[in-house]
Amino acid sequence: MDNGDHNGRRDDKVHAYYEILGQALKELLIEKAVISATEIRAAMERRESITPATGAAVVAKAWVDSKYRQRLIADANSAVKEIGIDLPTTKLVALENTEEIHNVVVCTLCSCYPRDLLGLPPSWYKSKEYRARIVYEPRKVLSEFGTVISEDVEVRVHDSTADMRYLVIPKKPDNSEMWSQSELLALITRDTMIGVAIP
Amino acid sequence: MLSMFFRSGDKVRVREDFPIGHFRTPVYIRGCEGEVMVYLGTFLNPETLAYNLQTKPCALYKVRFNQRDVWQDYEGSSEDTIVLDIYEHWLEEV
Repeated sequence: MDNGDHNGRRDDKVHAYYEILGQALKELLIEKAVISATEIRAAMERRESITPATGAAVVAKAWVDSKYRQRLIADANSAVKEIGIDLPTTKLVALENTEEIHNVVVCTLCSCYPRDLLGLPPSWYKSKEYRARIVYEPRKVLSEFGTVISEDVEVRVHDSTADMRYLVIPKKPDNSEMWSQSELLALITRDTMIGVAIP
Repeated sequence: MLSMFFRSGDKVRVREDFPIGHFRTPVYIRGCEGEVMVYLGTFLNPETLAYNLQTKPCALYKVRFNQRDVWQDYEGSSEDTIVLDIYEHWLEEV
């Protein structure tokens, strides 16, 4: 564990360095009147107010409307715009979980995440452990989340290495035809839309 | 108009190259062989953009790899795959 402790201290130092750098940049941008403190605060407030309920609304519609699901898979940006979610700078891709394929999302290079639909990523999503392990032992990591995928189902890991942001459409539970929309919405959690859980 | 070199279904290999700097192709996938799933469009090259250098649009592809071709000791199903978005200049024909 000595090595682990040592790494921990080193990470803290790196973290502190970037925090100071970020703060200095922010102060300079305000001083030069490039952006105001109010604009920064408002942007953070907007960012932090997005919750996974936004993504859940998209998935719930896809669950009950097969034509919408097809449009979502073909062109996710246009499909989410239909229900009032405008993503001008993000290229969104919807990944459908089926009887044959279970999708799970990671960003090994940093922490790319569909923030416009799910809000801020959970800390485990950004951790080095998740990012390193989900790509080479996805079934083991999924089982640690309580998610066991049958051996005859393909586990497909998506590493968000470029400009795409990925949203998983979890598989709708069997025998849920008669469920109300609010019952369905309760099943569509953040983790099911990352692919580490199933409804 | 940028020409796309690869098509869906093409077998490709990720260049086994280890330059120093900012690159969007993870080290673990370099040298691996996979299959182009789909062309995703053209984007300004983030690898030069990161340095605020002049950059040009480059083609991006979604490429699928069998996990057993990526990790020799992969323990999951032989059906399991990993998919990455890779810029054209990182891909070569097989």
